[in-house]
Amino acid sequence: MHDIMPNFINLDAITILYLFGVGFVGGLVSGFIGSGGAFVLTPGMMSLGVPGLVAVASNMCHKFPKALVGSLKRAKYGQVDVKLGIVLGISAEAGVLYGAQIQENIKKAFGDAGSNLYVSVAFVVILATVGGFVLYDAWKTYKSGNSQTAEKTGKLAKWVQSINIPGTMVYFKALNARVSILFTIPLGFATGMLAATIAVGGFIGVPAMIYVLGAPSLMASATELVIAFVMGLGGSLKYAMHGLVDIRLAMIILAGSLFGIQLGAIGTTYVKPFMIKVVMGLIMVIVLFSRGLMVPVYLAQLGLIGKLSDGMVSLLKTTSFAIMIFALLLGAFIVLRAMWQGREAERLRHATGALEHGEV
Amino acid sequence: MAQSTTRKKPVGAMIVMGIISIALYAALLLKQDWVNNTFAKGGWYALLPIVAAFVFSYFHGTFTGHFWTVLGVEAAKKKKEVK
Repeated sequence: MHDIMPNFINLDAITILYLFGVGFVGGLVSGFIGSGGAFVLTPGMMSLGVPGLVAVASNMCHKFPKALVGSLKRAKYGQVDVKLGIVLGISAEAGVLYGAQIQENIKKAFGDAGSNLYVSVAFVVILATVGGFVLYDAWKTYKSGNSQTAEKTGKLAKWVQSINIPGTMVYFKALNARVSILFTIPLGFATGMLAATIAVGGFIGVPAMIYVLGAPSLMASATELVIAFVMGLGGSLKYAMHGLVDIRLAMIILAGSLFGIQLGAIGTTYVKPFMIKVVMGLIMVIVLFSRGLMVPVYLAQLGLIGKLSDGMVSLLKTTSFAIMIFALLLGAFIVLRAMWQGREAERLRHATGALEHGEV
Repeated sequence: MAQSTTRKKPVGAMIVMGIISIALYAALLLKQDWVNNTFAKGGWYALLPIVAAFVFSYFHGTFTGHFWTVLGVEAAKKKKEVK
């Protein structure tokens, strides 16, 4: 037994392997869609006995170095708009602080069950609307047969890009247009608020960059990593000042996630851009069901509906967690499969080219 | 794999970064009592986990990058032509 801080758990080989594995899958998905993993990692750590705040803090402390490595990798492929990432990241930082304050106020007024209900309802409402739309858009692109062509800027993004507010206009490479920061600030703020509430700001940040600002999917998901870095660095510092970061947990998850994020980033070079939307939309919609299952549990705890039996509560909790893991694994599977197919196609092309040039 | 025949694989760099990475993790886990007690003191000590995260991400991140390259998993050469 180690003489460790009361907040921190003892680590054994199985715990280390578990954290490494979840880190790897989370990293793989993050490298591809710019975020993800946190919604499984935080409850996953809590299931090991890690207190909620330490789990959130340690997750954040693995997130920013992971996002740094991922964004550097994707910058090599020309997919990152650093300026857009930093501008959105700074306003996201403000959103995180505000979101955390709201959380605290809800917890004070309604207790843990109230706070959990707020988080679950936020999950369900946001994931249903945004996730549903992202998935619908990906499906439309697939059905139209235009998945090979470059993405078009949507009507809303065109309108946003057409608005000229003197003194606030900034050129962003990802958009190839000038946009008023009066549009980017609320988007960054919402991303941060969501990150503080459900731990995955990218579920707002990436669709906002695509549909509101007009960034291509690949650039939006890569730029989200810059936002995650800025947000994660600030958040980690804040939590570390209160001694809440368990650096062992953070670095073990990082060990797995750095293998994953490199692979996810490489994967983006093999797939059609709409695949980013497919993976993101699918994960969002599946996670929505996972959180939706928990709503009756919190409603019962608050006395708003009849009491549920212990067996029912346990069944709902287990099913909810299993669905979340399934969402992450499905995302990872699609990324790996798309990457494998892309590599096979490239290999075939090289072989055909070599034959045509009489090299074989 | 097509690229791997024409480009030298960074095996040496991967091994060096891998050894440094393993040493960092070994130090972290073998000295976890001291690390936890010091890194979680709060206040100015908050900089320690942040610096550690940067150090680990540099060495381990470079290692994992080389790891996939050595295995032949690299970015597509011409993205737009790929199915």
